[in-house]
Amino acid sequence: MTLLTTVFAAIICTIIWYATAPKNEMKVSILCWIYWGASIMWFVDAIFEYAELQEEFFYPAPADMLNDFYLGLSVVALGLIIWLVILLIKDPKDVVKAALFKKKS
Amino acid sequence: MACFLIPAAEAVVTTIVTKVIEKKEKAPQEVRVQFNGGLSETVTGIPFSEKLKWLGNMLWGGSALLAFEHVWHGEIVPWFPFLTAAGDPANTSEMLHEMATAGVSMAVLVTAVWFGLLGVSALIEKRAKKALPVEE
Repeated sequence: MTLLTTVFAAIICTIIWYATAPKNEMKVSILCWIYWGASIMWFVDAIFEYAELQEEFFYPAPADMLNDFYLGLSVVALGLIIWLVILLIKDPKDVVKAALFKKKS
Repeated sequence: MACFLIPAAEAVVTTIVTKVIEKKEKAPQEVRVQFNGGLSETVTGIPFSEKLKWLGNMLWGGSALLAFEHVWHGEIVPWFPFLTAAGDPANTSEMLHEMATAGVSMAVLVTAVWFGLLGVSALIEKRAKKALPVEE
């Protein structure tokens, strides 16, 4: 479930990036890289888990699935927080700068 | 257990290499490319350091989210030795085995995907330059 949640987050972000390209003012590409990187790593993790559990891998207990989904959502939230911090620091639209400095009238 | 440490280590190396290349790199060449079948425009290609950042972003992002998963499962703690598996010799050998198998595989697959992206981007750049009408 964690892998699936992250993959869906990566796909949605990639669609948003493509729809708004080539502007990239909101730095959505960073979010794409974060989620795709995590998805690939969890995919490898899933392969190793499958090698260990075999068929059991496809029949997880409902409680485990719910916990994994909860973890997946938390991971997506953390990715969004990382992206937000990068966005505010890089401030491509100078919004933070404008909020901190007032022009002399 | 600590598989994310291998991609994280690769991320550190990638970031250092990116910074070094950025300093030495020459400005990319200007080329004329046609967009949406319309008039051609003068553009610059993406420098290699920028492409290396793709790999760095994937490695840093993936490692950070995987580290969070390890915190979630209680495998990382805020006190020394930070990794619960490092406290017990039996668990330590299991952790090192996981790093050598899953961790290395993660780093290799992310890098392989990046090489694939490099190939695709090179192909797109080549096609875009070829599609340009011959100037008289």
